[in-house]
Amino acid sequence: MGRLWLDALPQEPIVLATFVVVALGGVALVAALTYFKLWGYLWKEWFTSVDHKKIGIMYMVLGLVMFLRGFADAVMMRIQQSMAFNGNEGYLNAHHYDQIFTAHGVIMIFFVAMPFVTGLMNYIVPLQIGARDVSFPFLNNFSFWMTTAGAVLVMMSLFIGEFAQTGWLAYPPLSNLAYSPWVGVDYYIWSLQIAGVGTLLSGVNLIATIVKMRAPGMTMMRMPIFTWTSLCTNILIVAAFPVLTAVMTMLSVDRYLGFNFFSNDFGGSPMMYVNLIWIWGHPEVYILILPLFGVFSEVTATFCGKRLFGYSSMVYATLVITILSYLVWLHHFFTMGSGASVNSFFGITTMVISIPTGAKLFNWLFTMYRARIRYELPMMWTVAFMLTFTIGGMTGVLLAVPPADFVLHNSLFLIAHFHNVIIGGVLFGIFAAINYWWPKAFGFKLNQFWGKVSFWLWVPGFWVAFTPLYILGFMGVTRRMRVFDDPSIQIWFVIAAFGALMIAGGIGAMLVQFAVSIWKREELKDETGDPWHGRTLEWATSSPPPEYNFAFTPIVHDIDAWDDMKRCAVERPTSGYRPIHMPKGTGTGIILAGLSIALGFAMIWYIWWLAAVSFAGIIGYAIFHTFNYKRDYHIPVETVEATEAARTRQLAAAGA
Amino acid sequence: MHLPESRLNPPGRRSGPSRLLNLRALSALALAGSLAACNTVVLDPAGDVARQQGDLVIISTLLMLLIVIPVMAAVVIFAWRYRASNKDAKYEPDWDHSTQLELLIWTAPLLIIICLGAVTWTSTHLLDPYRTVGRIDGETPIAVNAKPLEVEVVALDWKWLFIYPEQGIATVNELVVPTGRPLQFKITSSSVMNSFYVPAMAGQIYAMPGMETRLHAVMNRTGKFEGFSANYSGAGFSNMRFAAHSVSDADFAKWVGQVKATPMQPGPAGQPADDPLPEGQSAKPVGGNLDRAAYLALEKPSEKVQVIRYASVAPDLYDAIVDMCVEPGKMCSSEMMAIDARGGLGKAGIRNVSMLAYDKNGRQAGSEATANPNDAVRKELAWVRALCRQIPGAAPDGTVKAPTDLRSLNGAGLAAPQSIGLGDREARAPAGDPKPAHVSLNSRN
Amino acid sequence: MTATTINQTHDLSQAQLQAAFYDLDEHDHPEGGSTMLGFWMYLMSDCLIFAMLFAAYGVLGGSLAAGPGPKDLFELPLVALNTAMLLFSSITYGFAMLAMEKGSKGATQIWLLVTAVFGIAFLSIELYEFYHLIHEGATPMRSGFLTAFFSLVGTHGLHVTFGLVWLFTLVVQVGRKGLIPANKRRLMCLSLFWHFLDVIWIGVFTFVYLMGML
Repeated sequence: MGRLWLDALPQEPIVLATFVVVALGGVALVAALTYFKLWGYLWKEWFTSVDHKKIGIMYMVLGLVMFLRGFADAVMMRIQQSMAFNGNEGYLNAHHYDQIFTAHGVIMIFFVAMPFVTGLMNYIVPLQIGARDVSFPFLNNFSFWMTTAGAVLVMMSLFIGEFAQTGWLAYPPLSNLAYSPWVGVDYYIWSLQIAGVGTLLSGVNLIATIVKMRAPGMTMMRMPIFTWTSLCTNILIVAAFPVLTAVMTMLSVDRYLGFNFFSNDFGGSPMMYVNLIWIWGHPEVYILILPLFGVFSEVTATFCGKRLFGYSSMVYATLVITILSYLVWLHHFFTMGSGASVNSFFGITTMVISIPTGAKLFNWLFTMYRARIRYELPMMWTVAFMLTFTIGGMTGVLLAVPPADFVLHNSLFLIAHFHNVIIGGVLFGIFAAINYWWPKAFGFKLNQFWGKVSFWLWVPGFWVAFTPLYILGFMGVTRRMRVFDDPSIQIWFVIAAFGALMIAGGIGAMLVQFAVSIWKREELKDETGDPWHGRTLEWATSSPPPEYNFAFTPIVHDIDAWDDMKRCAVERPTSGYRPIHMPKGTGTGIILAGLSIALGFAMIWYIWWLAAVSFAGIIGYAIFHTFNYKRDYHIPVETVEATEAARTRQLAAAGA
Repeated sequence: MHLPESRLNPPGRRSGPSRLLNLRALSALALAGSLAACNTVVLDPAGDVARQQGDLVIISTLLMLLIVIPVMAAVVIFAWRYRASNKDAKYEPDWDHSTQLELLIWTAPLLIIICLGAVTWTSTHLLDPYRTVGRIDGETPIAVNAKPLEVEVVALDWKWLFIYPEQGIATVNELVVPTGRPLQFKITSSSVMNSFYVPAMAGQIYAMPGMETRLHAVMNRTGKFEGFSANYSGAGFSNMRFAAHSVSDADFAKWVGQVKATPMQPGPAGQPADDPLPEGQSAKPVGGNLDRAAYLALEKPSEKVQVIRYASVAPDLYDAIVDMCVEPGKMCSSEMMAIDARGGLGKAGIRNVSMLAYDKNGRQAGSEATANPNDAVRKELAWVRALCRQIPGAAPDGTVKAPTDLRSLNGAGLAAPQSIGLGDREARAPAGDPKPAHVSLNSRN
Repeated sequence: MTATTINQTHDLSQAQLQAAFYDLDEHDHPEGGSTMLGFWMYLMSDCLIFAMLFAAYGVLGGSLAAGPGPKDLFELPLVALNTAMLLFSSITYGFAMLAMEKGSKGATQIWLLVTAVFGIAFLSIELYEFYHLIHEGATPMRSGFLTAFFSLVGTHGLHVTFGLVWLFTLVVQVGRKGLIPANKRRLMCLSLFWHFLDVIWIGVFTFVYLMGML
């Protein structure tokens, strides 16, 4: 069994208790699913489905589950840091605490933000461009399951062995075998590698979808802004994730085979790792934020009841950001001793990014000018974003000034900055998007009261949690500290912990919002398919859309195609349907991902026989899959007719 | 810890720095009222370099607020004025383009960034940590013949070693520097990456194994300040703290004398990480001679190490640490690079791995194995050393010399950026350098 | 002119409007229309992995760790032979594609197998070289240079191995199903992959072997 033995099971009481709770919860879930005979349904309708809408929803569920895990880590850190003063060691030892901050970063970026963003793009993009599915539906399912497999490995590390204690980017030499001898860094490497395969393939898939499958008439400059930002994000994914794959491979051959890429001796170069990982890492943050810029554009235009101000400058701003994001990586390590000219070059390119970003902000601002703004939840999140993100952007530009970075690098100011942009930008955007497109996905709106409770806990909670961190940064307090000397700064950590508590309330309220909305779904029902007076094509079909999205592919004549159709008062054609050609579901994705988990686990624990067997299994099953040539079917015209007739009745009932 | 401003700025004189100080006062209001009340060492440090960096934080913030405040105000105003329930406000659903406005939204941030970019370019060169300080403070230029105090810093697991080559002493977790004298730090690490940071003195710079980084600074007032590692380095990271004392010249001399008088008795060097001693047991500083053997014992991971003072230190110890050849029987990395630059040792050198292994086979794994290198290794090493002596050469000094003219230091009259930037860099590492391998010893790229 | 204005000026009937806004006479999209684009993007991402390995070789290539360098280890005649094998395999793959265009199933299979023979020859020579180096003690663990060398060349070799597995799969699939559109598409993809590996190898040959020896 390699190095897997009983000592891998949790020994610390906190982890043990969590393990027991999770194990009991898992058993209860499995029992419930079995009792209600839901396994067959889940397998047939969801796990093996290649429908981009279902995959999108599964991505969102994955993101939400992992978000709860990542947030639990955050709360544990806030509690530890608010008590570990005056010789008090807190309640976490170094081994545990160092895993928590590493896992928090890894989970929030790779298994929360990425699934949320990928899920949104998966669900929305094909609908917005009037397509029936993505270019490679099977790959889409496979990508999702590979991402999930990575998440499963991270979760396994909580109970079997340990996670990395290196920080979320695992800089060598600390992450080399000499300094991290056990399984933590190996869990890190394999979960990222496996999830990375999924991310890369879904990037290829969505680019092909956007380039090849747009509705007739939808030229590039008529694409919805969300589709534009998705395109740029996926280009960034395809151009950045191979770098991560390569770097992780180099790190793993260093660890497994004693290679010398990043070793201290034998001519290795740890600085090369830092450069390479940030060549992936900086585009990564734009991969996360760009689609949400798209969401804010859609939401602002819809709830202002106006065309988006400056469509083309929005597009060009997105493209400029896409390109510039590759020219700034060194600003993450000004303090590594590069020359002043190199440092200023990267500092200035970083600042230049704020110009297109600023232009975007102005575009949203002038969309609000002379508008009729309806303050539904998505719009509230958008305004909160505009105010919060501006501050985050400002502190980011500040950190791009190298001499200022010398005093603020790695400090809590930096922590506050990137939470300011990731929470204030990415997360607020996700919340806006969930509230905005939930009715499209499920056919009923979300409860407004609980949504507002969540909003008013989240937004002030964010500021209460992170303003103290900005201030602590000015007091010279650095990140990843487990215990502190100076008792005078404790109060700030207590305030921050209180902020985290408010955020916890916000998350709780959001879960209540989902539950209440599902409970009262009849009251919140949306019959029209267009509850917000939307402007883009996803609102042209029913909520939830039929499997084939559109019975007739719409033809596009303008930006905001659906708004254009409404203005022209086009009626939906109700006859002359044809059978629709659709891809068939397959279990290959989940099977390959399962084998990948086995492979990753075997490699982590040096169980070579299992690694060999599972690797052979992956190759063999993939080849077996290619022998299946019948991957599609036609939805018979009767089914289409019946579905569309139901929709006609629904619309008539809604009085449309 | 507020410094009476009159000390730096005699009344009646309005100079550049005093304007900066006013800026600071102004920004204390602009940033947050509460900020000034807490001990924000980054904005109110004791060293001139950190002070300029703190000022830069404020200048940049004010520059950006020029655009950020109007934008945020406009967001709030538009959000309120154009709410759906306000039927008085104009509604123009088809207005989506205005060339003038587009011009404004691209140029306004551009102008700010041009200003900030100019500030960045000059300040990055002026405050380059590799650059010697050109002034003691805003008023006092540096004496032409002033020699900086050199301190060699080694980040160990998990404590700091400070070597004073001029004084021939060394300390652990205690940095004492004279106020008002330029300081030159040479920084390296024994195992993993750390970051050397004394917020009150100057910004941080990474400490990396097998490489040397530089930092120049000066302290302007006496006091006890905090120093620590600002880059996570493993389990003992949180306690990797040290006290940085800034003292008068007389006190510094007295302190050096004290350290030198520390009895030459070898004592326990730190506490092993896995077996921390109860508090207070090791509080008494232990002294001795820091030779290679003592260093190898000290290098072993330990946490919460009390101050240790070494009355003397082996003169070549620091260079050997940077060269990763403190252990007997190890080839120095500078030797390795010199050989590599000549095309390696060919197949003859293929099996000489034991003299090269540093930490690859596990932290400290090699030290027992090669503590007593056998004759073969010894012979081969002697041969390598002889080979390297044929073309001797030290690593080029990465330091950038600051001009002594204060005017240019304030950013005014700075002729052209390349005069301090690219030109210097090229001059430092000329193309025809016979020993290019040594360049990579410095982490500069 | 937007549709809105068309409608306002011409006052179209609802049927005309529907025809303008919906594709009422839609046909099935040809299957696999995006495959070549998607595969091309995958290849570009793979190209980036090689770019990283080339970059690592650029950084570490001079780090001999007082050990052997390229001049001590490489044997250009052997590598030239190896290069010839791969280039021949690319030509024969080209013949396989020509046979496919002609619709000749048997010829396609034969040319594919000839390609495989050259590919296996390439791999065998590479493995012989690796064995030889490791036997002498020039292992990837010996120095940064050898690490980067083995990784770059080895990654290319792994790609060729994967290509061979794919190639044999396709020989069987062509045999079973004939030259149907799906199989033609797969042959096109493998063709891109195979030629891509050729291009990478030319980079390896130039930057690693030639420039190391000259």
